[in-house]
Order: sequence, then C-alpha cells, then structure tokens
Amino acid sequence: MRHFLCAAAALAAFATPAVAETIAITGGRVVVGDGTAPIDGGTVIIRDGNVVAVGMSVAVPAGARRIDAKGKWVTPGVFAGFTRLGLSEVDAVKGTNDKSGGKSGFSAAIDVAPAIDPFRSPFAVNRAAGVTRAVVAPEAAESIFAGQGAIADLGADSNPVTKARAFQFAEFGEDGSALSGGSRAGTHLHFRAMLREAQDYAAGRGNFDDELLKAEDAKALLNVLRGETRLLIHVEGANDMLRLIELKRDFPSVKIVFVGASEGWRIAPQLLEAGVPIIASALNDLPVTFEMLGATQSNIGRMKDAGVQVAIGMINDRDSHQLRYTTQYAGNIVSLQFVPGATGLTWDEAFAAISSVPADIMGVGDRLGSLKAGKAADVVIWDGDPLELSSAATTVFIDGVEQPLTNRQNRLRDRYARPTEGDLPKAYDR
Amino acid sequence: MAISNAWRSAYLVLLLALMACSNAEGPKTASATPVAKPAEKLPAPFPSTYKAYPGVATAIRNVTVYDGEGGKIDNGVVFMTAGKISSVGGPETAIPAGVMVIDGTGKFVTPGIIDIHSHLGDYPTPSVEANSDGNEATSPTTPEVWAEHSVWPQDPGFSRALTNGGITALQILPGSANLMGGRSVVLKNVYARTVQGMKFPGAPYGLKMACGENPKRVYGSKGWMPSTRMGNLAVNRQTWIKAQEYKKKRDSGKEYKRDLGMETLAGVLDGDIKIQNHCYRADEMAIVLDMAKEFGYTVSTFHHAVESYKIADLLRDNGVCSAVWADWWGFKMEAYDAIPENAAILQNTGACVIIHSDDENQIQRLNQEAAKAQADGRRMGINISDAEVIKWLTYNPAKALGIADKTGSLKPGKMADLVLWNGNPLSVYARPDKVWIDGALMFDASNPKIRPVSDFELGQPGEGDVK
Repeated sequence: MRHFLCAAAALAAFATPAVAETIAITGGRVVVGDGTAPIDGGTVIIRDGNVVAVGMSVAVPAGARRIDAKGKWVTPGVFAGFTRLGLSEVDAVKGTNDKSGGKSGFSAAIDVAPAIDPFRSPFAVNRAAGVTRAVVAPEAAESIFAGQGAIADLGADSNPVTKARAFQFAEFGEDGSALSGGSRAGTHLHFRAMLREAQDYAAGRGNFDDELLKAEDAKALLNVLRGETRLLIHVEGANDMLRLIELKRDFPSVKIVFVGASEGWRIAPQLLEAGVPIIASALNDLPVTFEMLGATQSNIGRMKDAGVQVAIGMINDRDSHQLRYTTQYAGNIVSLQFVPGATGLTWDEAFAAISSVPADIMGVGDRLGSLKAGKAADVVIWDGDPLELSSAATTVFIDGVEQPLTNRQNRLRDRYARPTEGDLPKAYDR
Repeated sequence: MAISNAWRSAYLVLLLALMACSNAEGPKTASATPVAKPAEKLPAPFPSTYKAYPGVATAIRNVTVYDGEGGKIDNGVVFMTAGKISSVGGPETAIPAGVMVIDGTGKFVTPGIIDIHSHLGDYPTPSVEANSDGNEATSPTTPEVWAEHSVWPQDPGFSRALTNGGITALQILPGSANLMGGRSVVLKNVYARTVQGMKFPGAPYGLKMACGENPKRVYGSKGWMPSTRMGNLAVNRQTWIKAQEYKKKRDSGKEYKRDLGMETLAGVLDGDIKIQNHCYRADEMAIVLDMAKEFGYTVSTFHHAVESYKIADLLRDNGVCSAVWADWWGFKMEAYDAIPENAAILQNTGACVIIHSDDENQIQRLNQEAAKAQADGRRMGINISDAEVIKWLTYNPAKALGIADKTGSLKPGKMADLVLWNGNPLSVYARPDKVWIDGALMFDASNPKIRPVSDFELGQPGEGDVK
C-alpha cells in the first residue's frame, strides 16, 4: 500500500489540472458500481481529482462547472480485470511487443511497470471506450512465475502506472506444465522449491540454492510469501484449482487470486471456503483444452450465486488491444438471465464485476472502482446503457481530468469518411 | 510451447499451427497422372448426403420480422411448411388451421445467420495439434486440397455457433498460410456422422486465396518463394498462367492429364468456383482486382479486409463484397489501420458488407459484432437501419457464397433456415430462443433435448450444459 500511495501522490502531482476545478455532473442515471441499483437523476461532484459527493440530494457548489447528463448514464470508469495493456503496439511486430520477458533469464523479478507505454495506441482507443484502469500482467516465458504486474490508468499523460509491482503472476495448468518440465507434478514442485529458495534467501542462509531463482527473483517472491503482493494464478481446470487450494494451505500468508477459472463453477463451494477471489474470463464456453471441458458462460453467475467474489477479466483474449470488449462481455453475462437453465448476473452485479469488484480483488477498492466520496474521480458519461452495443462513452474523467477521446482510428475514419480523393491526395487531408 | 491458449487472436493460433508445420519437406507439386477423356463430364466426388430433418408446419406470429433483404415487418407472421418458407407478412397473413403456432410477442425473427469465414472442423476445439488441419503449409499454392477433407464433424464449436449464434450455414475455409490454400466447403450447421452429411446441397465451391503477410512469412522463413509481396504476386500469376493452359487443353477436345489443383483453378476460370480472398490492405486488394482481370476471373469476397474503407468506391464498382470484423485491429502490421467504421463506410458508399468471424467465439455473436459496427457508423453520421444490418449476416453472405437462391432471406420457397430471438438481435441482451434449419427445429432454448451434444462432449464434465 505504501507503494500505491507514493505512486498516487506522484500521479496527482502530475495529472491534476493547473487550476483545481469543481465539476458537477447532474441529471444522469448514476451507477455507483458497488452492485447497488442506479440512482436516476443523481448528481456527482468532482473536486481536486476526487469524487466528493454522489447522490440524489447533493447540492451543487457555487462556481462548479456543470455538466448536464440528463438522459445519460454516469458510471465509474471500467476497471479492466486482467490485461496486457500498454505492453504491445502491434502484437506480431516483435520490437513493439513487451508482453513476455522472453529469454531475460529472470522470472518473478520481471516488473512490467517500465514497459507500460501510455503512448501506444491501445491506451487512446480503450480510453475512448470508457476504460479508465487496468490490471496489467506480464506473460510467462521461461518459468511458471511471469513477474510482477501493475495497475495502470488510461489517462492521456506520461505516467501510466497507478501501482507498480501490484501483484505477481504465475501459470498453472497446461501452460504451467509446459513451463516446468512438461508435467503438473513439476509445476507444484517448482512452486514449492522456488518459494523455499526465496525463504532461504531471506534467512541469509549461506546455502541459498539459486538453481531456480536469481536473487532478484527471490526478493520478488518474498513479497508474495509475506502476503504483501497478491499472487494471480492463471488456472482453468477444476482439478488444478483444487490442488492449488491444497497447496495454498502450506503457504497460509500467500494471497491467491485465480485468473481464467473456466471450470470454477464445478468447485464453487471449495473456492468459497478457501476464500479465493476469481478474475474470470466471461464467455469461455468451448473445450479449448482438456482442462476446460466444463467451460460455460454460466460460470460467473454460478460462482457468484455460491458466494464467490468474481470479477471479469480477459486473459489471453486480445488482452492488449480490446479492453473495450469488457462492457460487451458484462452485457452478455446479463443476457444469460433470460436464457432458460443459464445463470447470469443482474445488470447491477455485472457492472460491479467490471468496476468495484476487480478493484477490491486487487486491493485498491478503497481508492478505485466506484463512485463514492473520497475515491479517485474516474468517471464516465455514456450516451446510453454502458453494457449495450449501441452505447458509447461521451465524456471520460480519470483522476478528475477530462480526457481527450481522439485516437488514430478516428483520424483514419475522418480522412476516409468519403473514400474518394479530392483535389489533393488523401495524405493532405487532415 | 503448448497450443493450449486459443483465447489469443486467431492469428496467433495460426502462427502456432504454422510453427508446428515448420519441419515440413520442400515444395511439392501435385502429381497429375489420371487421364481424362475430352469433354468428359466428371461426377462430383464426395457428394452431399445432407437431408433435411423432419419438421412440423409452424407459424410464428406477433413477431418482429427482419427478412434478410432489408425489409422489416412489425407484428408479423412467418409460416413454414415442408422445410420451406411458405409465407411472410403482416398480422393479416393467413395461418392454416391445425399448424403449430408460436406466439412471438416481444421476439424477433431473422433468417439463419451465415458465417462466410469459419474454421470450425479444420481448426476445431479442443485445439490440439492432432486436430489442427487447416493449413497445408508445405507449398505456397495448394489448390488441390479440399477443406472438407479436414473437417472433423464432431467439433463442439458447431453446437455453440448454433445455440448462441443462430448460425445455420457456414463456409469452412483452409487457412491463410498459402497464396492458394485450397477449396472451401459450405455446410449446413447440422451435426452428422460424416462431413458429406453436413454439406450444403448445391452450394458452389470456393477457392481460398491469401494476400500479404502470411504467405510471405511462412515461405520466406523457409527460404522459399514467396518471401515478399511481389513474390506473392509472381507466384500467383505464374500459377494462373498454368491454369489457363490447362483449361485450354481441357477444352481442346483432346485427351488430357487430370490435375487436381488445376481442376480447381480451371473451375475458377470457368466461373464455377468462387474466390474467397483473405486480404487486409487496400493497396493489395486493388492489385488482386487487376490480377483477376488479367486472368479473367472475379473475386467474390475479400475476407478480413480491414482497409476496405479506403477503397470502398473501387470495391463497389467491381461488385466485390468485404467480409469484415467489427473492430479487430493491431494484432499484426497489416491490421494496423483497421477502424470500427469500416463496415459503415462501405455500406454508405454502396459496397457489399458481410460480418464474418474467423473465430470459434465470435461466430457465437455475429449479431453483436454487426450491432457494434452499426453504432460506430451512426456516431459518424451514417445511419443504417436494423433491417439493413441484418442483411450483413444473412442475404449478403448467402449471395457471396452463391446460395442466395436457396437461403439467406425469408422469402417463400426458400429453405426454412431461421432464428427466433428472445429480443432484438442487435442488442447485447438477446439470444436465440429457437433455430430451424430446413424447417426442422434444431435448437430450442426451453428444451434441453433439442440441443446438440457432439460425440466429443458426451460423458464429459458439462455434457449437455447450457454453454
């Protein structure tokens, strides 16, 4: 949390408008984001980068800039639950793709924060779609431990990192097996042995066994062992999750979050009992691998009904470029309510699953993810239901700063709105 | 590296599949031994054995109808009997006594959704190497291969496309590793024991071609031709020259040696086989159009076509369709200039638009992809009616596949391929309620017995579950 506060302070210093501004957004359908019902005709007051008041009977301070949101929706910005935002411009162009540490020789020590580039176009494109924060994870390359991920904001400024080293990311299941000798047995052994090496390192034992870890990796894993850094684990299959829950008993202070979790519904009571939160892929419904035989879009709804804390993420699903699918995915989960035999979420629950719940799971819910007094003013005004396909963000605030919504996609759109060339080639048309 | 992660873009899945092929031997040419008699009428091999399943005469009334050709009827009636659309009209439309009547209040009917670009069956799930059969990446031109020989009829993806996407027909294509990837096959989305049992009766074949990065990367990385875009064109043109010579021999009245690949290319030159051309960049599409003119064939559809908006007028004037995603972008260099308004600008210019998937997930939501493209158009001032947008998913792909006389719109006499949606199909909250194929009820959300379960999923966790 210390890191976070420092980062937040640095960010505030950078991003606060030159003149502190009070903004009143009035008349809209206000979604708090915590799962409660929308407030029709509510008011949201923003000052100095924070939300200071939300509700029906909120007085508009004198001198406030008023934004009339009548007929519109006002929500917290979308908190994208699992992404590779800012780590790639063109996936297949190697020089622009920093998702994986490749052959660096390091594992848990890798820190994505300096690789997150806010000038890469996915920032601007997804900002325009109302996404304001994202969990950004590295891809595993040579070890089950991929390295340390960050929480980023999508603001149009040069400081994208809200919280560096916010979590460690690891692969279990089929992908983990491939990274640890070709067997799930190897994955469990690697996991135990690496954490033991980290403990040895901390104890300063002369016999620090650096077979698996470099000292820098050991330092990073110590934060995991002490429960200071969450451990996000990609795991899809029911058995893999059950075995991980058992493994966790030997490391009681480790704070584990499952990512993906396509078969979570099969073991929902065990997930609840173990207190493991889930950042689930919303629409997995195919047996892509044998660990996903039970995949169904009803997974999230069933886990939620069992009492499990579930957010929506998009691991390995266009996760560097298409964070804007998050609202569509949430809408699909709502649609399941109307399908016989399926289990979805209510609209209010679904919006929480892309705002407050991921923020809570990542331990930043006290500052981010909902429209409440004292929280960062990540506020989006939409021209309709934000989960509906026809709707769009019309105004986006991040930390109280109104954001530009232009990007190279809408520049291309404007250039080619009429495809034929005029008096000069299209290259002169801008 | 495991091929387990199919949630990445289809492109990366393809990359992995290609890597798996990297040990392949050098280029081969199809052997050409059988001798055919001149003007011999060859029987079509692997004929369709698909037969419509039994249905009951059914009328849906009080329903909003999108007819697939741009028409909309409020409070309408759709009546089907003997596997065909019998009548479509307003509330006054007569419903014969004694037929099954479904009240469609609050619901919508569209023609069955058609995906012109799918790899279900040839890149099925589970996406294991053993079933990865979409790219014969051993030669840059393989017009001799037929996708139907790779289709695994038990792909669980067919059921998801039906129950979540309302897909009633789809074109299965070879991958895009090769300049000429092979013949496509059009299927009815009905499980069968054999691929012949799924083949759409009377559908023309297509030839998959590919521009751009994929062929030059796959073969360039092996040190073969092509390794550049100019190499792509050279290999294509040389091959078309051979095809012209073959066709000349075939038509000369003398005995000639059969050649599988050349038969396909001659079929294109005859106008019997439709070109389905993977191509991203506008400048490359323009070059392909000129190449087609040089050799006297036409391109049915550019697939992916993320830069079609830059040459919408040219595509309109050439009568070529663009089969596009709503918003995929940035996964490779030739997809860098993709914009979400691509479909709307094409439509506004008068060019043909199709929304396609190339993806086992988005085939379940083509209606949603179309709705996003429609909304992006509206925000730039291009207003396209809901009924016109439904055409992108039904009549337009049917036309581009050469099956619009049989399916793709709700017109009397056509196959009764249709979807009853539980809400407006352009809303994120809508799902198929019932799907009929040739008048047979193949999915009913209210009846777990009317939900297909492939052999692969039988006896597995989640068998028969809602998906």
